[in-house]
Amino acid sequence: MSQTYLVVAEVRGGSLRQVTLEALQAVSQIKNQDDLVAVALIGSQITPLASELAGYTQGSVYVIDRPELETYHPELYLDALQIVMDKVNPEVILLGHTAIGRDLAPAVASRLHGGQISDVISIAKEDGKAIYTRPLYAGKAFETKQFLEGPQVITIRPNNISAAATVPTPGDIVELEFTPKADLRSIIKDVIRKTSGKVDLTEAKFVVSGGRGVKSADGFKPLEELAEVLQGAVGASRGACDAGYCDYALQIGQTGKVVTPEIYIACGISGAIQHLAGMSQSRVIIAINKDPEAPIFKVADYGIVGDLFDVVPLLTQEFKKVLV
Amino acid sequence: MNIYVLLKQTFDTEERIVIQNGEVSDDGVKYVVNPYDEYAVEEALRQKDIHGGNITVISVGPDRTAEALRTALAMGADDAVLMNDDRIPADEYSISRVLAAFLSNQSYDLILGGNFSVDTGGGQVAVRLAQLLGIPHISSITKLDVESGKAKVLRDAEGDTETSEVTLPAVFTAQQGLNEPRYPSLPGIMKAKKKPFQNLTLDDVGLSLADITAKTQRLSLTLPPARKAGQMIQGDPAQQAASLVQLLRTEAKLI
Repeated sequence: MSQTYLVVAEVRGGSLRQVTLEALQAVSQIKNQDDLVAVALIGSQITPLASELAGYTQGSVYVIDRPELETYHPELYLDALQIVMDKVNPEVILLGHTAIGRDLAPAVASRLHGGQISDVISIAKEDGKAIYTRPLYAGKAFETKQFLEGPQVITIRPNNISAAATVPTPGDIVELEFTPKADLRSIIKDVIRKTSGKVDLTEAKFVVSGGRGVKSADGFKPLEELAEVLQGAVGASRGACDAGYCDYALQIGQTGKVVTPEIYIACGISGAIQHLAGMSQSRVIIAINKDPEAPIFKVADYGIVGDLFDVVPLLTQEFKKVLV
Repeated sequence: MNIYVLLKQTFDTEERIVIQNGEVSDDGVKYVVNPYDEYAVEEALRQKDIHGGNITVISVGPDRTAEALRTALAMGADDAVLMNDDRIPADEYSISRVLAAFLSNQSYDLILGGNFSVDTGGGQVAVRLAQLLGIPHISSITKLDVESGKAKVLRDAEGDTETSEVTLPAVFTAQQGLNEPRYPSLPGIMKAKKKPFQNLTLDDVGLSLADITAKTQRLSLTLPPARKAGQMIQGDPAQQAASLVQLLRTEAKLI
């Protein structure tokens, strides 16, 4: 019997998020030939993205475009998604393991009385059954899981599954009506967009990260300049966050975020085990530290013993030369 | 104000993970209150300081979990509930059903939990619980102010900050930056021993096994391949920078 897979698309800064294409790729890894694919595109002024999205799937793209959906709202997004779910009756729902996906997925799973496997980094198929790999202890260990019964909700960690390619015959686009309920129990009053125009830490291909060695909030400036040249994101160790040099939103580690970029540049980070958990799955690790005995060098592909305030600006110049 | 804090006991984040006979070994491991749940306990204490009321900490787990609940009591929570029943599967659906079954017979204004647990990290239970109880939730909060039946919160959304207003009762999950958790004081630890502590089973909350059937199952457990130390780049800073970029182009082929 054929099943329906529903991918919940995400838009950030007016563009489709890469993780949406990764979720579409995940579907093509697990679905059987006669299974159906649908995509939910929910937000405000997102209709222009529907045709781009349709280019990546043969399934239908269901669009709900309302001004009230400009900022993610747990109740409103769940209600909007419910309209799409009523339309396509999905057995499997996939979201990005992002701020929105992490919040929306468990609500969907609970509403459907289904299971959820969070933060999936790879998918295999054995005897026709999908097996999901996900981290434990932020990546100190990994487990494989399978669903036992009922509806299935999956969140996909950004940067781990390759993105879907465009298809020769794009899917069709279906616009759906949605009337937000008036008696909302929560209201979003204000959003301070500190990240507009910046690459999201978990999706960045390059992460430049600072630790206690950065010494102050100002000390992050050279790291920010390097990240900008690389079109990457700035991260931090717990030490730097606890010392008040930067916002906790930047923290990488077992508390904080897990990142898996192509290149991770650790500046003035000693490499405590709880930090290593959050970054050791990066493809290439570069460590810059004054202390030649720092544990970070034990996991680094390339190590530079030196003062980050000398090395990082020079590195920025070198990257500029090759990237421009 | 009646405050409930959802709490999980986890490995200390400094612990290395060892796999033995297909399971994570807990031999000699130090257990702690999940760091994000610590923020939730602290926030409950601060809200009680302002508004008065009662704080109940609740956990689903084996006998050893009592220690984490005692820590929360020593910090200042009033009473603890441990849902201790081997029949409860380690699946977020099942855990949230158990918590909902207990809480649906309680009167609550605030339910606080951590943003996620640092062990399994599914980040599901609190949000699922809000759905099951039919109350709103705001996850990943960094500030909470309660006034006349409403909560004004700041939420961290991937670095953006949202200000929301929610009608109570509601569920909130704590993000780093919400507060600085206190350490239990010695008198606090002494008092904790005498505070009410309930051990409950599925039967006590009126659930049958069929109500909490696991929806997912673990198949295997592995450790990531160990990373090897690579090469140290020599020279003065200018040479080091130039060599590194050169290596990234020619060897790693990432630039």
